[in-house]
Amino acid sequence: MDLSLSDEQKQLQEQAERFVRDKYAFDARRKIAATERGWLPENWAQFAELGWLGMSFSEEDGGYGGGPIETMIVMEQFGKGLVLEPFLPTVVLGGGMIARSGSKAQKEALLAPMIEGKKQFALAWLERQSRYNLADVSLKATKEGAGWSLSGHKGVVYNAASADHIIVLARTAGSAREPKGLTLFIVDGKAKGLSRRDYPTQDSLRASELTFDKVSAGADAVLGKVDEGFGIVEDGVDRAIVALCAEATGCMDAINAATLEYIKTRKQFGVPIGKFQVLQHRMVDCFTNAQEARSMTLMASLKIDDKDPVVRAKAASGAKVQIGKSGKFCGQSAVQMHGGMGVTDELSVSHYFKRLTMIDLMFGNQQHHLTRYSNLAMAA
Amino acid sequence: MDLALKPDHKAFADEVRDFARKNLSPATKEKTFSGKHYDRDDHMVWQQALGKKGWLAYTWPRKFGGPGWDVTQRFLFENVLAEEGAPRILPFGPKMVGPVIYTFGNEEQKARFLPGIRESTVSWCQGYSEPGAGSDLANLRTRAVREGDHYIVNGQKTWTSYAHWGDWIFCLVRTNTEAKAQEGISFLLIDMKTPGVTVRPIIMLDGAHAVNDVFLDNVKVPVANLVGKENEGWTCAKFLLANERLGIAEVPSSKRGVSMLRTLSDDPSMAEKIADIDLQVQALEMSELRALSTMALGGAPGPEASILKVRGSEIQQRIAELAMEACGEYAAPYQPGMLFQDTNETPIGPDHAPPAAPRYFNMRKTTIYGGSTEVQKNIVSKAILGL
Repeated sequence: MDLSLSDEQKQLQEQAERFVRDKYAFDARRKIAATERGWLPENWAQFAELGWLGMSFSEEDGGYGGGPIETMIVMEQFGKGLVLEPFLPTVVLGGGMIARSGSKAQKEALLAPMIEGKKQFALAWLERQSRYNLADVSLKATKEGAGWSLSGHKGVVYNAASADHIIVLARTAGSAREPKGLTLFIVDGKAKGLSRRDYPTQDSLRASELTFDKVSAGADAVLGKVDEGFGIVEDGVDRAIVALCAEATGCMDAINAATLEYIKTRKQFGVPIGKFQVLQHRMVDCFTNAQEARSMTLMASLKIDDKDPVVRAKAASGAKVQIGKSGKFCGQSAVQMHGGMGVTDELSVSHYFKRLTMIDLMFGNQQHHLTRYSNLAMAA
Repeated sequence: MDLALKPDHKAFADEVRDFARKNLSPATKEKTFSGKHYDRDDHMVWQQALGKKGWLAYTWPRKFGGPGWDVTQRFLFENVLAEEGAPRILPFGPKMVGPVIYTFGNEEQKARFLPGIRESTVSWCQGYSEPGAGSDLANLRTRAVREGDHYIVNGQKTWTSYAHWGDWIFCLVRTNTEAKAQEGISFLLIDMKTPGVTVRPIIMLDGAHAVNDVFLDNVKVPVANLVGKENEGWTCAKFLLANERLGIAEVPSSKRGVSMLRTLSDDPSMAEKIADIDLQVQALEMSELRALSTMALGGAPGPEASILKVRGSEIQQRIAELAMEACGEYAAPYQPGMLFQDTNETPIGPDHAPPAAPRYFNMRKTTIYGGSTEVQKNIVSKAILGL
């Protein structure tokens, strides 16, 4: 049992801190968010150069042999800066799923260029009726010659507009909401019959509604095995959840630091408001919540490569419960303690609050994961 | 970074488990799982067995007779013992006064007191709180006046856990009334058999007798029993409190509590409440491991230990609350005989019901003792947040 970072991991942490400091000052971020893409290609090129796009992949996949701890380190700093580049959909979700389930040809065609910064991905799993049920999929893929034809709708697909390839969860067999009979297809982002409605999200990311109208996919577009996509997507999402938790801990550190600074300087009744015990104790509660979030994120990062899928699922759900709870507490408290300034667009605090709120909703909120964890724990 | 255990750590855990199975009395173990109160022998016989093995003072460094274990070994030791149903090690000797003596005491004091603490042949209690000094501990008034080679001590200590079992008491006393509150305090060791020491029980809301008033009436204490310098006892006091906060999180027994809860109810809404507290325990455990791993790199337990105390105590309360909730109305019958005595009485409701409500009531103390939640938050606010 060892909880200390290696020298290389400490260097990575410093590198990521430096990136956020240099490139993600609050005003700089605002400008990035206002660009057409919503992120900067030069930053993405820098990620590739620094090795971040390949750090968590094995050497035989063209990566640098790191793992979830490296992802955690970088995502935490991304959270501090509210970084907009699509690291989560491209590297953690798309890259991770291809590395674990892709064929040799898929890895060569997709993973290697992704690590070089030349390809981006998006995962299209959600549909209007799905809420948090990953298996609630009605987009249909039907046999068409040697390949497939995809028709249906996908929603809130992060990074779809920038993605070179979209990984689509489609129903190839079985009835609605049945985990069996789902298949993942890797579809070209510009495929014929695929149309998009692009939009910004509450937290300045980019997502799209996708309509598939007889989109053709070859037999070689299947990721993993036909009818057995659910396990891949569930596992991929669990790993993405852990990375997202790390981002949330960074957000919480930043929002707490901003609030602490504010209550030390804002004066009312002739004293800094941080002299009032009621605010002091609320600030301590924020600090405690962030500590617990960090602990659960670390625990999940250490367990998410476990051989047992139940251990992985419990770790991801457990951490997500904590992140939902702590993120809401820190976010709402920060806004409250900032008073009127907390509900303006002008200060960073509202932006962290929005991101923390969306993180709770992403891939299942606190209540969803509490139920999932509870069921897994009772079954054990 | 790695959570996995190395083979020698696995072997160590097996050794601890084996020791517990051979040395823990079945009657004591039964009390743990049925929620009965321990008597003095339950604690002392078990602690003496640990002492003989050299494991009672398990947090001590080797040069003072501790086993010199690493963080992982301590973690395993505490967890395995809790799983096996061992009573917690009473902290007053091995976790409180022992480290104060080997850190601040002189050679003569180390030679005289440490062996009895390590072997649990001498039982200690803590003379900190007073009727007028609770959260505001530095306001204590027990007075020690020097007369030749002795101090004459007068005053009252209260909330003294197990004073009725205690051979010795370590006391914070005022040796200078002129100085600022914290500066006139000294740390004194007092033999409970000295004339003028009187113990009076305080019965708690669940009917239990664990705490006491201790009256000190012209008690003659040799100057040789002063630890550290006169008027510098506050340093010892704070050092001890930081150690106390760390152990007070009680993670291993809360883990045991969570697994016991899972056996009590199959109501799905209860299951989610149990899942929630299970996750809170995991977060606390990981936070404690992070703090310990920082300490292993040379740090002392700092103000962040306050957070562990706050959360650990809230979690203990919640587990007790859920155990009571699982009983429904069968939490109501009061059966003190089933809590305090060996009896043939049968439970009126389910087996787990008789101790459930008393434990819930009793556990309210956890956010009050060892520095209340509010005091801990004041500490964090000042020392960590700089407010």
